[in-house]
Amino acid sequence: MPVIDAHQTSRTTRRRRDGARGAAAAPPDLKIRAAHADDLAQVIALDARVTGIEKPDFFFELFHRYGTRGLQQRFFLVAESAGAIRGFILGDVRDWEFGSPPCGWVFGINVQPDARLGGIGTMLLHAICDNFRRARVTKVRTLLARDNSLVLSFFRSQGMMAAPVIPLEMDL
Amino acid sequence: MKLQTGTSLALISVLEAAANPGRQISASDIADKYGVSIHHLAKVLRELGRTGIVEATRGVGGGYRFAGNAKRLTLMDVITQFEEIIARSPEAGGAAPSTDVGRALARVLTEIDETAKATFGSITIATMLKLIERERSPAGAPAAPRSAPDAAPEAATAALARSR
Repeated sequence: MPVIDAHQTSRTTRRRRDGARGAAAAPPDLKIRAAHADDLAQVIALDARVTGIEKPDFFFELFHRYGTRGLQQRFFLVAESAGAIRGFILGDVRDWEFGSPPCGWVFGINVQPDARLGGIGTMLLHAICDNFRRARVTKVRTLLARDNSLVLSFFRSQGMMAAPVIPLEMDL
Repeated sequence: MKLQTGTSLALISVLEAAANPGRQISASDIADKYGVSIHHLAKVLRELGRTGIVEATRGVGGGYRFAGNAKRLTLMDVITQFEEIIARSPEAGGAAPSTDVGRALARVLTEIDETAKATFGSITIATMLKLIERERSPAGAPAAPRSAPDAAPEAATAALARSR
C-alpha cells in the first residue's frame, strides 16, 4: 500500500497542503500509510477520546479483516507523525449492493482533536480515494448521522453531495 | 422545500460578498446581476449587517463586505436569520393531527424536513463557493477529492438563483 509523505513535492500533494491554508499545518513528517498491529492501541484510544466508547474488540477484528486480508478492496489507513497516530480512515469497495455498481465506501474517519484543521482528514480521504481508484471504482460514498454536522461538513467540503440512496431502518 | 424571497436574497448576497472577500459590493450590483428588487435587497443586507455576517461601509465606494468565517458559517446559519425551518414532530401532525392518517403523513414530512435541515446545516459558505466554481467549469469538475479543496471563485454565479 502506498505511503503519502506530507512533504512530497508533487503538484497534487502541494495542492493538498494548500487546501489547509489558513489553519494549523499538518506536521512536516506526517505520513499516510496502512495500519500496523502496533498502531491499534493508539487508534483505539483516539476513537475512544472522540466517541467516548472504547471498542478494542471492534478494532482488533477490523484490523484482522481490513489490515491483513483483502487488501485490494479493504483499507485501514493511519496518519502518523513522530510515532504518534494523528488520525485514521476505514473503507472498502462494495460490489453490487442492491444493484449498485462497485463503489468505495468510507465508514470511519477520525483525527485527533488537537491536530484538526491542518488538512490531515483531507489527506486521509485523498489517500483512500487513491486506493479506491486503483481498485477501479469511480465513486466514493459514506453514511453518517444527519446530526453529525462536523463530519458532514468535512465530507461536503471535499465535494461530496447527497447520493441517490436512502438509508432506512426500523426498530427490532 | 421553498425558501422565502428574503432568505434567497440573503444567501445570494452572502455568497457574492464571500466570493469577493476584499471587495465592497453594493446592493445595486447584486440587484442588477440577479434582477431582483433593490429595496428588498437593501433591507436584507441591513439585516445581514446587523447580525455581523457582512459589514457595511458608507460613502463613496461604500458597500458591503463579507465579515464571517466562510469555513464555519453554514447555509443554515444564514437561513435562520430570516426564517425558521422547524422539523415537524410526527406527534404534532399536519392537516389532521388527531387522525392516524394525519400523523402518518406528518411522519413522512418530518423525514423531509430533517433531511433539509441536515443539508443546510452541513454546507458552509466555503463549500458553496467550491460548488459554484464547479458549476462554472465547462464540464463540471469531478466530485472525488482529486483537486485542491480551496478554490477561490471571484464571483458567485447564478447557481443559487436557479434553485429559487
